[in-house]
Amino acid sequence: MGTPAIDIQGLTKDFPLGFWRQRQRRSLDNLTLQVEEGEVFGFLGPNGAGKTTTLKLLMGLIFPTAGTARIRGRSIDDVDMHREIGFLPEQPYFYDYLTARELLDYYARFFGFGAAERSERVKRFLERVGLAAAADVQLRKFSKGMLQRVGIAQAILHDPQVVFLDEPMSGLDPVGRREVRDIILALKQQGRTVFFSTHILTDAEMLCDRVAVLLGGKLQGVGSPGDIVSLKVQGMEILFEARDGRPLPQNLAERATRTGARYRIEVPEAELYGALELLRASEARILSVQPLRPTLEDYFFGLVDREKAAAHAVEVDAR
Amino acid sequence: MSTARFAIPGVVAVNAFREAIRDRILYNLIFFALMMFGAAILVGQISIGIERLVIVNLGLSAISIIGLIMAIFIGVGLVYKEIEKRTLYSLLAKPVRRWEFLVGKYSGLLLTLAVNTALMTLGLAAALFYVSRHFERSDVSILVAVYFILLELALVTALALFFSCFSSPMLSTLFTLGIYITGVFAQDIREFGQVTKNPALLGLTRVLYYLLPNFHNFNGIAAAAYSDKIPAALIAQNALYALLYVTVILLGASVVFSRRNLK
Repeated sequence: MGTPAIDIQGLTKDFPLGFWRQRQRRSLDNLTLQVEEGEVFGFLGPNGAGKTTTLKLLMGLIFPTAGTARIRGRSIDDVDMHREIGFLPEQPYFYDYLTARELLDYYARFFGFGAAERSERVKRFLERVGLAAAADVQLRKFSKGMLQRVGIAQAILHDPQVVFLDEPMSGLDPVGRREVRDIILALKQQGRTVFFSTHILTDAEMLCDRVAVLLGGKLQGVGSPGDIVSLKVQGMEILFEARDGRPLPQNLAERATRTGARYRIEVPEAELYGALELLRASEARILSVQPLRPTLEDYFFGLVDREKAAAHAVEVDAR
Repeated sequence: MSTARFAIPGVVAVNAFREAIRDRILYNLIFFALMMFGAAILVGQISIGIERLVIVNLGLSAISIIGLIMAIFIGVGLVYKEIEKRTLYSLLAKPVRRWEFLVGKYSGLLLTLAVNTALMTLGLAAALFYVSRHFERSDVSILVAVYFILLELALVTALALFFSCFSSPMLSTLFTLGIYITGVFAQDIREFGQVTKNPALLGLTRVLYYLLPNFHNFNGIAAAAYSDKIPAALIAQNALYALLYVTVILLGASVVFSRRNLK
């Protein structure tokens, strides 16, 4: 295996607290992680988990208390390495006195493109993020979703090898989210590495080869999205409509919830076929059957509870 | 497709200039034009042979004060605003070094001040022509006084930028203004130290005199108003002094800013 696209070794960040800055708060604790070339890597965690801190460290916006990181074999201190990376900050804000076209042209100048190439790239990437019609509108008139799109355009304008996106779906409507997903998939097809943070599990499941889960600044696990949560099916959900005049089987009727003509029922995975058989016998119309998986939120709450329990156990031992 | 290192501050500077123009900074010129227009008419009415003196004094003082207000109030927000609004995040993720950003922002504001000062100087020349109906050879001293004002603004902008790298606009304004006022009286502080018998006070005033920028030497308004010739040596000395001082302050700003964690 060659040099990882991203190689993080023991990255730690403490922030000073208080007027005298004597106390420290640890935002990131000894993070070690590798992302391979061409991977779409999801960086998951609830708000305050340390995702943005990690991205800021990788971008050189803040400096580590301990540890190192390399991107494509080059230290994060090497500013020239930035030619090979693109970055979308969380809730991006840009110079609002510029138009979208002017902003992208401004950023393109740092990569040394000639006037004709800048113009062509700006046009192409504005089209790619669906902003061609708003190219000459000042950014102060843009909605949050439009700013997010400009942010994505500026991150990939120079064809970077590694793209870092901090909450790229944030503020987007369903159409915008699908477009961003398409952009990420297109980047993957081009062999680019995409590292994006999110707290929305479905985004990660749909896009990522692997994910890392961060909580309280600590890495909780790395693996495929299935390894992390999806395989652990908690039960099955059946949606159905009852045949006119036919009563529901007794043991299902007790557990079903009704909305209009539709019923919803949750059964353990082992009882699925039995339940379906009963519904078939009563000539119910099955609308959908799907596994009930824990949400990322459930997963995080589980981790938090475990952490609290561990802390309590240590406290008891100490006594 | 690599950008020459020196070109990057230029790209940032042009954008900073564009920001100033779009923020309608140059609207102050309307105030200046109205003031010079009013003064020229008023001076014409009460002419007692000092029209030139009044117009030059008023015009140069206004150029200096307006320039100072712009340098301080825009300067203290140069870096702070970019951090607060997080516009810096996307920029520093590009191949842009922090010192290049600082030099670019500094140059952009300096360009704005230079354009503003040049336009105000044209206004002053027009008012002067209105009251005198001719230009004299000695009017060159007005241009030298304007040049000194620009050097002064370059120094003040550097100070404002320096403080902007680590403190809030309010504190940066106080620090910059404090240093400017102390610097204007640098000569007096030194003389005060020399007449005192206290060696500690003498030492302190001497340190202050050499440490703080000496703005006293940049005041060419009186010489221009009285058509006095400004020595060439002073012109060269002021230019060199400003260049060195600005370089040191910008180096200091770069050192501070390069180590700063952006929140």
